Parts: sequence; C-alpha cells; structure tokens
Amino acid sequence: MSLLAAASATTTFDVPANVVFAVLAVGMVTAAIRVVTTKNIVHAALWLVVVLGGNGIVYLLLQAEFVAMTQFLVYLGAIIVLFLFGIMLTRAPLGRSDDLDNNQRPLGVLVGVVLLAVVGFSLARQWGRDTLSFAAYQGGGAAGGNGRTQALANSIFGEYLIPFEVVSVLLLAALIGAIVLARRD
Amino acid sequence: MTHALLGLELAYWQQTIIRVLAGVTAILLLTGGVVYLYLFKFVSFMQSRLGPMEAGPYGSLQLLAEVGKWLQKEDVFTENSDRFIFGLAPAIVLASTFLMFVVIPAGPNAVIADLGTGIYYVLAMSSLSVLGILIAGWASANKYALMGALRAGGQLIAYELPLVLAVIGVVIAAGSLNLQDIVAAQSEGEIFGWGGIGNPYVLTQFVAFGIFMIAVQAELAQTPFDMPVAESELVAGYMVEYTGIRFLVYFISEFATAVGFAAVASTLFLGGWALPASWGISDGAMHVIGPIVIATKAVLLVGVVFWTRFSFPRFREDQLQRLAWKFLIPIALANILVTAVLKVAF
Repeated sequence: MSLLAAASATTTFDVPANVVFAVLAVGMVTAAIRVVTTKNIVHAALWLVVVLGGNGIVYLLLQAEFVAMTQFLVYLGAIIVLFLFGIMLTRAPLGRSDDLDNNQRPLGVLVGVVLLAVVGFSLARQWGRDTLSFAAYQGGGAAGGNGRTQALANSIFGEYLIPFEVVSVLLLAALIGAIVLARRD
Repeated sequence: MTHALLGLELAYWQQTIIRVLAGVTAILLLTGGVVYLYLFKFVSFMQSRLGPMEAGPYGSLQLLAEVGKWLQKEDVFTENSDRFIFGLAPAIVLASTFLMFVVIPAGPNAVIADLGTGIYYVLAMSSLSVLGILIAGWASANKYALMGALRAGGQLIAYELPLVLAVIGVVIAAGSLNLQDIVAAQSEGEIFGWGGIGNPYVLTQFVAFGIFMIAVQAELAQTPFDMPVAESELVAGYMVEYTGIRFLVYFISEFATAVGFAAVASTLFLGGWALPASWGISDGAMHVIGPIVIATKAVLLVGVVFWTRFSFPRFREDQLQRLAWKFLIPIALANILVTAVLKVAF
C-alpha cells in the first residue's frame, strides 16, 4: 500500500496532496533562503537537510517511491553527512561566524536567474498543458509500488541506458581524480 | 471470535492508528525484553555473576527502575552548547529508529505500511541516524564528543555500503524490494523440488547473511566496532554530554535499532513471519503465529549480536575501515555478480 493510498482515487485533482505540497513548498523555500543567510555553517547544512528532505517528500506525493527513498538514502544519509563530516574535520565553530559572506552576490543572483529561466522554460515547454491524473498513479498495494519501480528500472536500463552509463563513467572519473589528488606518494 | 474480527470494517485512519499503536507497543516490549535478557542477564552469566536480582522476580523489573532513575535526573547543557541542535539530535536518532519498523511485516496483514520499496525504505531510514549522531557531537561543545561523532560518521558511512550491497543479493533472488514478497518467496520456495522447509535465503545467500550481520554490528556501534563510544579513549563519544531523558532516548534507540535490524535480517534471510507454505497453515492461524515466529527469530539474532559484543575486543580505527573497504565491499560485489549470473542461468 502506498503511503497515500487513502487519498481519493477518482478525482484528478488530489486535494490532500496539493495542500501538503503547498505547505512543503513554503517550508522548502524558507529553508533554502536560510541556507544562504544563516550565520553558522553547520546550521546552513541542516537547513539544506530540510530542503532535500522536503524534495524527497515531494517525490512521495508524486508516488515515485523509489526515487524518494534514493533521495533520503543518498542525499540525507550520505551527501549531507559527508558535508558535515568535512565541515567538522576542518572548521566548525559554534555560534555566529561573520566571515561566511563574500562579494560575489551579483554573480550569484545572475546564476540563479539564468537557472530559473532555463529550468522554467524547459518545464513549461515540455509539460505546460499537461494535467497530471493522480488516479492513474494510485494503483493499489505493493504491486503498484513494484510496478512503478520496474517502470523506472526499464527506462533507466532501456531508453536512457547511454546517458546513465555516461554519468557513471563521469562519476568514476571524479572518484579516481579525488584519489589521485589525495595520494601524494 | 475470528468471524467477529473479520466482519469488522475499519476506515483507513482507524486501521492506521491501530497499526501504529500495536507497532510501537511491540517495539518497546521487544526492546525492553532484549535489554533485560541480554544486557542484564546474558552478560552477567557470561561473567559468572547474577546481574540485577532485587527489582521484581529475578530482577525483571530492573529496567523500569532504571527508566525511573533517568527520568528524574537533571537536564544538563554545557555552557557553549548549541541548545536547539543539542536537543534535536536524540529526536532524529529516535525517529530514524522507529521509522525503520514501518515496513517490517509480522503477519499476513500485520504491517504498518506495506510499501512497494520496503527494504530500500528500511535502509534509507536507518541511514538517517548518523545525521543525529554527527550534530550531537558538534552541538555538545566537547572535543571528546566531536571526536566520537566523527568516528561514528566515518564508520556508519563505510558500513552502510556492505549493508546495502548484501541486501541486493536477496532482492535479486526474490525479484522484489517488497518485504512481504520476499517473505512469500522464501515460504513458497523449494530446495531442488523439496518444499519441506521452504527456501530461506540464509541457505543460498549465506555470504550476504554474514556480511549483513557484520555490517549490522558496525552500524549499531557494538564491540568490536565500538570506536565511536570507546569508553577508554573518548569516555562515551558523542553521548558524553547527554544526561537524563536525552541519554535514555539514545539508549532506547540503540537497542530498538538492534531489534529492528535483527527483524530485517530474519525477514530477509530466515523466512520472516511465514512458515513454509507446504505445511498448509491457514492465513487465519498465521495472524497469531506470525508475530511470535518473527519475534523469536529477531530476539535470537539480537542474541548473536550481543554474544559477539561481549566476546571480542575492539578493533583499531584503521583495521575497521580496512575491513569494510577491502574485504566486505568486494565480497558483497562478487556475491551480487554470482547471484545475478545464477538467477539468469537457472
């Protein structure tokens, strides 16, 4: 049974899911702003946990269980942990530190606006007129969840096999590069 | 009685409340039982002493006395600690522990939520506890605590990989991530056409089972993997500044996580709540027998964990990392490869 199987199975506009999404969206945007405005670097990492965790819950709302679990396992359980690990190994003062800002704000704003325009345009172009039918995604029980996971696996290892392998090789190259940089013997 | 129960129609929210309450009760009962059985009595007998004998018959109410003691202690903060984060950390660890149990089935219908991605969800939720441990060490404003948290972070990340990789062997064999499907696959499985005991994956995936149990020992930070809380070096690691109810929360989540991982291991490798399908026991009877079967298996596996804990000395930090990266992960990868080849071949 999916987490949200109790939600109405007939309407195309899922009221509970949209209410939850609205609350989450406000929380995530607030947390995202706090990531860059907070005066303590560990707090910034923890606000990032809120953003990435909220992202995982959005995947759950869209019934993408496997993607949501990957988000929790990889981003919260590993990447943030490595962030915190790195911060604490080098410099992690308690309380306020006032040297977290620098003079590259205009550049940051520029990058943010360009990213918003590119992502927004491509999303609007691809799915601008689509209406998502929630009923279609609320197949019952464990079989439904497995079915969606299988569909995901089929598209990764079928249609998107080459991009997937390219990304794998890229990550492997980065990994080897990191080892080469770290080993000075 | 059975018909009256079957005739009962409950709304989703009513069912959920009943499932959550029953689940939390089961977790706390099992955790308390495990603490009494192993931490109080088993280790005492191993060390030729009696253990607690005063509170209740054979000291069986000792745990309640301990809880009472912790609850009345003063709630102490260090002067420089980050109070909010300091208080948040035990909550994250406890949440991660309890969320793990959501998908572990104890009967044909005795599961809080039967997610399609069951085992993957368990691994994801159990990986969150390291966040709580890291920020606990940082927010304590204590160098021993920070050292302990860093050791815990390095260790838990390193042993999460063999844990996940060991599970993949079972997932390939069962063809599903869902824990009920994995239980059914073992119950209905046959060994060369003989279904007398089903086909528990401990027989075919014994390599994965070994790796899983070693990784669980490390994830729980039990000796010989207790570097993060090494009492002779770090006093109590990341828990050093915690007292009273916050320490109690860490204590409960440590043992509840042990029960949780043991229940997951029983489900993945020992057949879970089910008895072999060829025995022909009806679903109605399994509603009652199932929870007893899985609880017995889980408690026995926790016993293995604590037996190891009380028998071995501690690893050195470099030995611990070498074991994970140079032995467990390559063996787990080889196991996945062999399982996949055999799955396709047969």
